[in-house]
Amino acid sequence: MEKIPILRMGSFLLVTIQVDLYDRLALTLETDLINMVHKTGARGVLIDISAVSIVDSFMGRILGNIASMTRVLDAETVVVGMQPAVAITLIELGLSLSGVYTALDVERGMSLLQTKLGPNDELVDDDADDTE
Amino acid sequence: MATTITELLKKNKAQLLDSWLQKQLSSESLRDDLMTNDELRAQSEELVNALAEIITEENISQVDSTDYDEVFEILSTISMSRARQGFTPRETGLYIYGLKEAILDLLQQQIPNDSMQLFTESRKLNQLLDNFAVITFETFIKGREEVILRQNDEISDISTPVIQIWDGILALPIIGTLDSSRTQVVMENLLQKIVDTGSSIAILDISGVPAVDSLVAQHLIKTVSATRLMGADCIISGIRPEIAQTVVHLGIDLSNIITKASLASALKHAFGMHKLTVKRADTDKSIR
Repeated sequence: MEKIPILRMGSFLLVTIQVDLYDRLALTLETDLINMVHKTGARGVLIDISAVSIVDSFMGRILGNIASMTRVLDAETVVVGMQPAVAITLIELGLSLSGVYTALDVERGMSLLQTKLGPNDELVDDDADDTE
Repeated sequence: MATTITELLKKNKAQLLDSWLQKQLSSESLRDDLMTNDELRAQSEELVNALAEIITEENISQVDSTDYDEVFEILSTISMSRARQGFTPRETGLYIYGLKEAILDLLQQQIPNDSMQLFTESRKLNQLLDNFAVITFETFIKGREEVILRQNDEISDISTPVIQIWDGILALPIIGTLDSSRTQVVMENLLQKIVDTGSSIAILDISGVPAVDSLVAQHLIKTVSATRLMGADCIISGIRPEIAQTVVHLGIDLSNIITKASLASALKHAFGMHKLTVKRADTDKSIR
């Protein structure tokens, strides 16, 4: 069965989605990723969706779920590289993914995670994300 | 002798055209700045010829008969081109009523004694030409509407520029009302530009938006959320006091969006987010 690789980079996990996510694949990814966060004790998850051009409400919900689940396990999720068309579709579907952090590319996502969790990770404030 | 209007029209075509043109040229609604007299003559001649060709005793009272399709076509073309050239509705209307006047004159000359027949014939004529006038008007308005629609498209095309005002900072001044189709264009332009320039802050300036109702606010919130999904922050600036009042009265929640009163303060905020500072150059040394 097809699987999406999860790479470990220090205290972060990197997932690059290169194929169109059909429902079962997305569910497998969710399970794998949460297990991986639990096993490695990762503090941050980066999901790169720059190659995804088609999105539906299910995938939007999965992304939101992953973010909430990792938060329970004390890790932050950043979705990076969303295509404009995908962003517009999600908004039209009414999914603003309010619990998910976003960044333009992997590099910026990484530095966002570092500032969130870096030197003073016990002082991370969820509400302060917009103003930094 | 029973002279009917149809016969008269066919026989006195040239005379009718002349008297109609005479009327048009002496009328105050003549616009020789928009159309030359030769063009006017050609246009009128085409119409008179077609009318004289088609009109018969049978179809004169059936104004919506398919026989008149050709005349309608000519009328539509004339009316459309007049709408585009900038004629007023009055001038276009008077053009057709001028033809009626001319035919009535002709009738009066040709049927001098029989007032009963004059009346019957003019009544038929009235019916027919009033219908022509209505059609002319309809197409005139349609022509004007096309002009308006085209202008609308042009306005929405040119009025959503996305400007890069600093490294990593985009500004999008919105002029005019935000409706759903325009929001779509604005959103697409902005998101594409974010990808192209790798900007992480977008400033949406709404000082040119005349009024914000709940629908416009919803469109703004949508744009902000889409920008956030891309991984950029969005600041709304240029909020006038009236708009602040309306937003609160309508109960719209903008509390999780960064809002600033002016573009300048939004830019300052953006500099702060990028950890940039602007400072005056050391004037003592540089100017002397």
